[in-house]
Amino acid sequence: MNLTLKVWRQKHANDRGTIETYDAKNIPGEASFLEMLDIVNEQIVQSGGEPIHFDHDCREGICGMCSLTINGVPHSKEKGITTCQVHMRKFKDGDTIWIEPFRGKAFPVVRDLVVDRSAFDRIVSAGGYISVRTGSAEDANSLPIPKDSADSSFDAAACIGCGACVAACKNASAMLFVGAKAAHLNLLPQGQPEKDKRVLAMVRQMDSEGFGNCTNHYECEAVCPKQISADVISKLNRDYAVASTKEAFK
Amino acid sequence: MNALTKAINLFWQSSIGKKLIVAITGAVLVGFLVAHVGGNMLIFAGREAMNDYAYFLHHFLHGAGIWIFRGILVVAFVLHIVATIALTKQNRAAKVENYENEATNVASKSSRMMIWSGLTVLAFVVFHIFHFTVRVDPELAGMKEPSGRHDVWGMVIVGFQKPLVVLFYFVGISLLCSHLSHGIASIFQTLGWRSRKSSEAINKLGLALSVVLWLGFLSIPLAASVVGFGTDEMEMPVTDVADVAEENR
Repeated sequence: MNLTLKVWRQKHANDRGTIETYDAKNIPGEASFLEMLDIVNEQIVQSGGEPIHFDHDCREGICGMCSLTINGVPHSKEKGITTCQVHMRKFKDGDTIWIEPFRGKAFPVVRDLVVDRSAFDRIVSAGGYISVRTGSAEDANSLPIPKDSADSSFDAAACIGCGACVAACKNASAMLFVGAKAAHLNLLPQGQPEKDKRVLAMVRQMDSEGFGNCTNHYECEAVCPKQISADVISKLNRDYAVASTKEAFK
Repeated sequence: MNALTKAINLFWQSSIGKKLIVAITGAVLVGFLVAHVGGNMLIFAGREAMNDYAYFLHHFLHGAGIWIFRGILVVAFVLHIVATIALTKQNRAAKVENYENEATNVASKSSRMMIWSGLTVLAFVVFHIFHFTVRVDPELAGMKEPSGRHDVWGMVIVGFQKPLVVLFYFVGISLLCSHLSHGIASIFQTLGWRSRKSSEAINKLGLALSVVLWLGFLSIPLAASVVGFGTDEMEMPVTDVADVAEENR
């Protein structure tokens, strides 16, 4: 199939950047979205141009490295998958596809479609861990965990930290990511001792990174490739209310 | 004390802290609206019922009650506005550059114009207070029952005889209810009481309450201006009203 691509090109972080148009010719339907970009890049390189820069790693939908906002929707309008799992058969011959970087002040563009998502790492460093000496593995069932807590924690832990939630949010809010990372640990007995400290530290780091505030539009939930529910945001709000009240009267 | 002020400051500085303030003050304001629309319905019960209710509101706790409620409402209203403006400013700053080709997946129109519906409602509330509470129009301010009590019922009927006033009420109330259609469900989410299990019920509750409030509030200006409710009685000279009331008894 033949496609027209409208791609965001930006030479470096301080460049203004602009949309440029490319023709993608003879794209097979079985190619993934990233393979389509590889084909286009080969054509660009052959004609002496600078290839389109984009993030990718595993190309299996599990690492969270690929990004791209496709026709205004992070990871495209296909539900529950990352960009690398989008296949070109989902598009029609002659389509025009807009490809832009994940947008948000806390996600500055490095080059073209590559954005710096290290703000997420700093949020996790602030409290997304459990400080215990792990030693060797415990005996199975020595620490009882209710089935529903284990399930909810596992759902939250499915977050791959790709940043689609921030990219989809009109306010570039990171609440779905922070909610998932906090809920993952807060739901488990091992996470209890540091629960309040964790919530306060992660939310404060999130705010200081320049992410916006949640206005309950649920766009994040709609685009999340791991289909993490906005329940984790509700839980984060509740946990923050409790932790900050305790902090005030401690 | 120092630690407490520090904690309050941190709470205000944080995104979730301000959102919790918006949610709690929003809940107070929704509670007020429910009571307000309930009281308003007494218009249809007649002049005496309405004016008795108004008299009660102005005199319970020896007249202090209404000022306590007004105080709570003003604090809630101001905090709600100050916090949302601060949040909106931060949100604009967090998304400096937007998409050339933008798409919306699930967010409703109402949810995306909260700041604008909210600010229009603010303008409407200021107008409404000058209209029926401060009563800047001497015609409305001077309306009295024969007993000397302020005639609230008559004031409302006469107040809604101007088409432009009715139009502004229609726009103001409609935007208020659009604001609530997103706001009520959001209270639950921000306070952490919403989950996948309860979200559908909460969304329906928010929508239903918004529609009920819209119908309730607009029924009065529309009844007075379009249907002509109460206008027969108002065309009589004020001195005759006592006789009519006497006859009705």
